[in-house]
Amino acid sequence: MSSQQRVIIVGGGLAGLAAAVRVAEQGLPVDLFSMVPVKRSHSVCAQGGINACNEVARQQGYSEYQHFDETIYGGDYLADQPPVLEMANFAPKVIDLLARMGEPFNRTQEGFRDLRLFGGSLFKRTHFAGASTGQQLLYALDEQPRRYEAEGLVNKYEFWEFLWPILEGEGEGDDARAVGIVAQDMRTMQVRSFRSEAVVMATGGCGLVFGQSTNSVICTGGAASRCYQAGAWYANGEMIQVHPTAIPGADKCRLMSESARGEGGRVWVPRKQGDTRDPRQIAEAERWYFLEEKYPAYGNLVPRDIATREIFDVCVNQHMGVDGENQVYLDLTHKPREYLDRKLGAILEIYEKFAGDDPREMPMKIFPAVHYSMGGLWTTYKQGGYEPSSPHGDHKPGMLPPVDPEPGMGMRQGAIENSMTNINGLYAFGEVNFAYHGATRLGANALLSCIFDGLYCGMSVANYAREQQPSAQLPSETFERAVRQEEDKAKRLTESAGGAGGGSGAPDPETNPYQIAKEMGEEMTAACTVVKTEERLEQCLDTVGQLRERFSRVRLGDSAAWSNQALSFARSVGDMLILAESIAKTSLARRESRGSHYRLDYPERDDSQFLRTTISAYTPGDSDGHDVSYRDVDTGLVIPRARTYGKVESDPKAGAEKKETAATS
Amino acid sequence: MVADVHVPSESERHENRRKAQPGRTIRAKILRCDGPGQPSHWESFDVKIPRGANVISVLQQIARNPVTVEGKTTTPPVWDSGCLEEVCGACTMVINGQVRQSCSCLMDEYAPGEGDVITLEPMSKFPVIRDLWVDRERLFHNLKRVKAWVPIDGSYDLGAGPREGPELQSVRYKLSECMSCGCCLEACPQFTLEDDASKWDDSFVGAHAISQARLFNEHDTGKRLKKERLDELMGQGGVSDCGNAQNCVKVCPKHIPLTESIAAIGRAVTVHSIAKFFRGS
Repeated sequence: MSSQQRVIIVGGGLAGLAAAVRVAEQGLPVDLFSMVPVKRSHSVCAQGGINACNEVARQQGYSEYQHFDETIYGGDYLADQPPVLEMANFAPKVIDLLARMGEPFNRTQEGFRDLRLFGGSLFKRTHFAGASTGQQLLYALDEQPRRYEAEGLVNKYEFWEFLWPILEGEGEGDDARAVGIVAQDMRTMQVRSFRSEAVVMATGGCGLVFGQSTNSVICTGGAASRCYQAGAWYANGEMIQVHPTAIPGADKCRLMSESARGEGGRVWVPRKQGDTRDPRQIAEAERWYFLEEKYPAYGNLVPRDIATREIFDVCVNQHMGVDGENQVYLDLTHKPREYLDRKLGAILEIYEKFAGDDPREMPMKIFPAVHYSMGGLWTTYKQGGYEPSSPHGDHKPGMLPPVDPEPGMGMRQGAIENSMTNINGLYAFGEVNFAYHGATRLGANALLSCIFDGLYCGMSVANYAREQQPSAQLPSETFERAVRQEEDKAKRLTESAGGAGGGSGAPDPETNPYQIAKEMGEEMTAACTVVKTEERLEQCLDTVGQLRERFSRVRLGDSAAWSNQALSFARSVGDMLILAESIAKTSLARRESRGSHYRLDYPERDDSQFLRTTISAYTPGDSDGHDVSYRDVDTGLVIPRARTYGKVESDPKAGAEKKETAATS
Repeated sequence: MVADVHVPSESERHENRRKAQPGRTIRAKILRCDGPGQPSHWESFDVKIPRGANVISVLQQIARNPVTVEGKTTTPPVWDSGCLEEVCGACTMVINGQVRQSCSCLMDEYAPGEGDVITLEPMSKFPVIRDLWVDRERLFHNLKRVKAWVPIDGSYDLGAGPREGPELQSVRYKLSECMSCGCCLEACPQFTLEDDASKWDDSFVGAHAISQARLFNEHDTGKRLKKERLDELMGQGGVSDCGNAQNCVKVCPKHIPLTESIAAIGRAVTVHSIAKFFRGS
């Protein structure tokens, strides 16, 4: 059964594990690399749920097609439409499969899967397991590769760091193909190459580029940056999601799930500026529920970029933040304790633990934080032909297809192009690709896109790998050269150790990698997130340039040849700086506002110029370093319309009567 | 272990939060070790902490400026961490003598006054890789011992899974929140350090694996492997090795009813072994 060809998967979160299961099922051996035991991947942090059309919603008029439409509208039309349609059609299968794997989805009294409301939809279409859905999904998926481990079909390399993709035919444009990777054991520091016929990057987002984000400490974007430097395109990098509700902290910002609003949480500030009373003493009429007033239909469940900008505006521009600081109330206290414990227990405990107040009794204080990267490695797909006579996805026989039955619907099952980067055989799955979420991701669509990529496009990887000439037949020079390159890089860094273990003298903040990373994060958060301007972005590029110069003189402070974390971190900082520069450059180039990308100097969406995917290509030889170009978006199914979510005006000084009507409508 | 520190009780922690002095400097004492077989030694660092500081942010500050209280420049400390919101289990260590996650360990609760000391040590039941980073592979190995998975017919779409009542779901959900951090093992007198992987299969499997066996036995498809799980837990290193110290349940950060799981599996093993005796297999 086992084939000569094998597949390397980098990353053991939901996308990587789902891919491992699907590829191994095809009989191809998988080498799975992860910097952490896979069960500790960042997918554990996803809280709220996973979207899919379901029978209850369907009978209320919802459909897979509407899920697709919401995702496109939410993403402000920047996503290519066929893959998104395929994902929405596939979503119910993901839910069924995960339930079979043992995912403890919340249940109704009759034993059906319970549903909750989430941002960007007026229908309940989000499945959930308490408020730790991602953790539960990861655990359910984590168990499955174990049986293939026993059969020798899956080999896990945990605590191994991906360093570089090995390409054959490098520098010859389209002819390059991925034939393996260089990786390093983070304990022994051994650097070696691994051969394969296909490489799947499932390495997640790049939150650490922004310093304090909601991401795990492993989400540096380092792996994506290494692929970028090796020639893979980075697309829509400027599309960074800032989650409206997080708990600010000294080390990171902890997520307060959108499900808190989905289960009835209300966002407000006192109508009177500088009102420092205990929030429980402030009467209803004296509270400004600004989201509910401005968006009567969606209320607190407008998409994240909109909620974030509104909160930002209330705090930063209008100085209406709670206690004069950058924070607003997220209030669940009107809900019964038992209800909150059952539906949101896990996240309320997190809040209680870190903030010290019981959110069942006291409104939470929250503020936006960097959360997700819609942008990522550019990937392609093969459009599916749509035959009305052979039903597709979950469009049941007898149902009218929701759009004209013409070619160009969805993706073609198993086509080798699906989720492949511009480098042959190099795939990107999950958050590390740019494919599904356009300019803003809707809540509870991330888990879906990860698992969809793994299962659906995993088939494509297997089909591709099987067709390839075995990389074992390639000359070893290609592999040895790549290992040498990485060993030299590591050597340069460790020899620069300075300080203890390497030399003497006090550490210099100027060249300390942790300090450089901190300054990068602060600058990127200030210039490249909620509100961007040309002037500020130019300044940001200057700062990042200076940080890159400082990084060229970086001193590690640790020369150990064993478990040298400082080396791993410093190497990532260098790669993050390159990614940061690309993100700032593409932010500058997109002279419009769309989804999460808001330019104060270009506040309107400009479809005539920018309904296009940003492509950044790394060109280290140029003075510019990054070549920014654009590609058309496939908008063949839904025609772009204004993205307003029914906004109306609201003023904190408005009368209480008017407010009451708005809040309860 | 160090004598001059203690673990604040819940009421002390509340009290400490209220009286915590802003802008104070605290002292972090870290038990360091360069690698397997190397001797351990203490290093202390004075850190001026910002509001909301936790152990992780203190370690991050030390990494940016690794100078000890004696003025000696040293290497940045090595520690394991991931999500920093107590759902991944990575950053578990022994703090003031008791095992817990370092991300949720707040300085306001543990070191509210100027000059207060906090001690950080690696877990002692797993081999140290370096400094505060330990190798918990055995913990995952033990999940394989008890076949902690649902045996499904592959990843293709074969329709909805079993229906499940909300009561059973809430039991399984609670058990499923286990993040494999190893606190229960660190606190367990029966679970001891074992460097030799060939001896793992005969050593005590630990509360977390027993509880996971219960989780999968409760699933409609997962229970198909129930007999095999109970066979494993009947043998050497199984549930009868539990000494009933009940330390596990006290340190579990997710309040998983570990002792209930041990009792439930204990009963199941008894029934299973009697049945086996009469079946003669």
